[in-house]
Amino acid sequence: MDMTSILFAILFYFATLLFVVGLLYRINTYARTPAPLKIPTTPAPTSKAGVALRMTREVVLFESLFKANLWTWSTGWLFHASLALVLLRHLRYFTEPVWGWVAFIQPFGMYAGLTMLLGLGGLWARRLFVERIRYISTPSDHLMLVLLIGIAASGLSMKFVAHTDVIAVKNFFLSWMQFSLQPLPADTPLFLHLIMVASLLVVFPVSKLLHAPGVFFSPSRNQTDNPREKRHIAAWAQQLESDG
Amino acid sequence: MTEITAPAYRVIPIIPALKPGAMEGVKTFVASDKINEALGFPGHLVDDWHDRAIAKMGELLSKYRSLRVFMDACVHCGACSDKCHYFIGTQDPKNMPVARQDLMRSVYRRYFTLPGKLFPKLVGARDLTREVLDEWYNYYHQCSECRRCSVFCPYGIDTAEVTMAAREILDSVGYGQKYSNEIIGKVHKIGNNLGLPGPALQDTLEGLEEDVKEDTGIDVRFPMDVKGAEVLLITPSADFFAEPHIDSLIGYAKVFHATGTSWTLSSMASEAANFGIFIGNYEQLRKVALRIRQAALELGVKRIVVGECGHAWRVAYSFWNTLSGVGEGADETDRFAQMLQKQLDHRYKQPMHICEFTWDMIERGALSFDKSKNDKHIITFHDSCNVARGSRMGDFAGGQFEIPRNIIKAVANHFVEMSPETTREQTFCCGGGGGLLTDDLMDVRVKGALPRMEVLQQVVDEHGVNFMAMICAICKAQFTKVMPIYGFDRRMVGGVHQLVSNAIILGDK
Repeated sequence: MDMTSILFAILFYFATLLFVVGLLYRINTYARTPAPLKIPTTPAPTSKAGVALRMTREVVLFESLFKANLWTWSTGWLFHASLALVLLRHLRYFTEPVWGWVAFIQPFGMYAGLTMLLGLGGLWARRLFVERIRYISTPSDHLMLVLLIGIAASGLSMKFVAHTDVIAVKNFFLSWMQFSLQPLPADTPLFLHLIMVASLLVVFPVSKLLHAPGVFFSPSRNQTDNPREKRHIAAWAQQLESDG
Repeated sequence: MTEITAPAYRVIPIIPALKPGAMEGVKTFVASDKINEALGFPGHLVDDWHDRAIAKMGELLSKYRSLRVFMDACVHCGACSDKCHYFIGTQDPKNMPVARQDLMRSVYRRYFTLPGKLFPKLVGARDLTREVLDEWYNYYHQCSECRRCSVFCPYGIDTAEVTMAAREILDSVGYGQKYSNEIIGKVHKIGNNLGLPGPALQDTLEGLEEDVKEDTGIDVRFPMDVKGAEVLLITPSADFFAEPHIDSLIGYAKVFHATGTSWTLSSMASEAANFGIFIGNYEQLRKVALRIRQAALELGVKRIVVGECGHAWRVAYSFWNTLSGVGEGADETDRFAQMLQKQLDHRYKQPMHICEFTWDMIERGALSFDKSKNDKHIITFHDSCNVARGSRMGDFAGGQFEIPRNIIKAVANHFVEMSPETTREQTFCCGGGGGLLTDDLMDVRVKGALPRMEVLQQVVDEHGVNFMAMICAICKAQFTKVMPIYGFDRRMVGGVHQLVSNAIILGDK
């Protein structure tokens, strides 16, 4: 086994571990922190089913962003929808045999790589050229886009410029999942692609990427509008009542 | 001091260019030692403010999921960046909701996140310096906690929650605002924001009875402290003597009279407003709300109805059940809440907004109106932010928009809507909410009113609107003050129950 393959295997064990543990830790923190007051942004659904629907519209369609700004919505939604397709497409590297629907979406996933790049470009252009957005951007906001653009571009280059031995890549990851190692093809775009993906996994739990789990815990979106009908009280607030 | 003038109307909807630092020097008066200490806060800025502020922030992060999630989730997408009336009016980039949040988020990152500890510059993290603390004080008192930004945020990040947390941190280190803290002190001491003692209130109410008698020839009562009354009315104290607020109070009394409802005010709980929400302090919020619980228990009332006041209705509708048990659905074992909930009549919503009460009576046919009495008015309706985005009326989402409009249409013939991007859930704050209704913030208030004034001007020009109805004491006070600066007649401002009062036909019950 060559050293590079071993290093990549270790890198991915490490990155995956940080990603999973970090994310679970963060989600656990969100879930355990009480929401002492009812603060849904109204008009809000009056039933749990309504809240589920509101959250679905928010997560799938970016409803609020649609109300806010059509440019940001269209580029943002294009990026996220494309990313979802691309991620699903990548399931083929981790499953054997490949599930039918994953095989079916392969061509769409490929074009999604291009639209993902388009969406990212739009988002970055907004950050660079719109005065207000430039004002609120930190260096990490730009770097995050650069990282995602890098991942998309390196991935696409393996499809459209210089083919990588994807069968070998798949063997590497299948064996990686079983803690027995097959070699990774020695290929610069692939190395770049994988290093950037691992970086993304590592920074996920400590960066603004936490918006992904965060949205589900946002009290202004996930609370039912029923404060008159049901008493809502946090443990620390109830404590004040026993104190007199 | 230079004279405050109104900013020019924009060619809608152009997003203004940035004017960094435009409002950095605007600083609302700081509370005195006496005012702060009355609320249990340190009198003035403590020596170890830095450590205490960071500790307080940690405490709030563990007590409020909103703050915890909102500090992490923002991606700087800019959806909110052009949505704040204070940004539109002042062009100061730190009045963009995201930038206002970032004043705190930058500190959060520095002290509570790994990247902020390791690479502060990269992620925009900053130490909490005295300059930063002052910046917090100035800019977190240029937010009216109106939640308009939260409508547009893809993660529902509500700047109001961040502003409240910032103000709570400032209070905890002895850096409180004079206006809000002084008023909360008055409520604790006397029972209302104005510091109006019981006997003075009694005089005012008797005077009102005489006025209405003179006006209508009918004995409409304004009862106070009547044990065993059906309804306890909790209304903003401004209703007792401020113009045009008082005309709505007369309207409520006429509705109670015409429907034969026995009702009472309370001298102990003579205030619906609860500025505890403005300073984000749960204990203060609760303490103010408990006066109402106590009055309800002592008077033995069956129902609690709330007058025209925006943030008060948010507190009443969304928080009272939590804070004081006014509501229903408490656990059997919840003795604190059950004590009151067993007394209340659950055939009715608890608490109920006066508009819900009046509309319900209109639907039942218990009220009749001479709509022509309002014919001199061409009316539009300003949705008050806290009612629109922090509460509800009636049985369905959005009832808070329909019910007041339904009432207006039932009592008047001429009603016109303002531009839909500025009404209902997208309504603009009046510019004076959230603890900003003080003369030392006049510049911010005038500029913050700009987006509402622009669209009001449109309906004035196109439809001859001469009356803007609303259901908020702060909106009424703010607009009567700033509208003349924009060239409008202050008498255009009035309450929904003022219109009800004009048109209601009083039987001799």
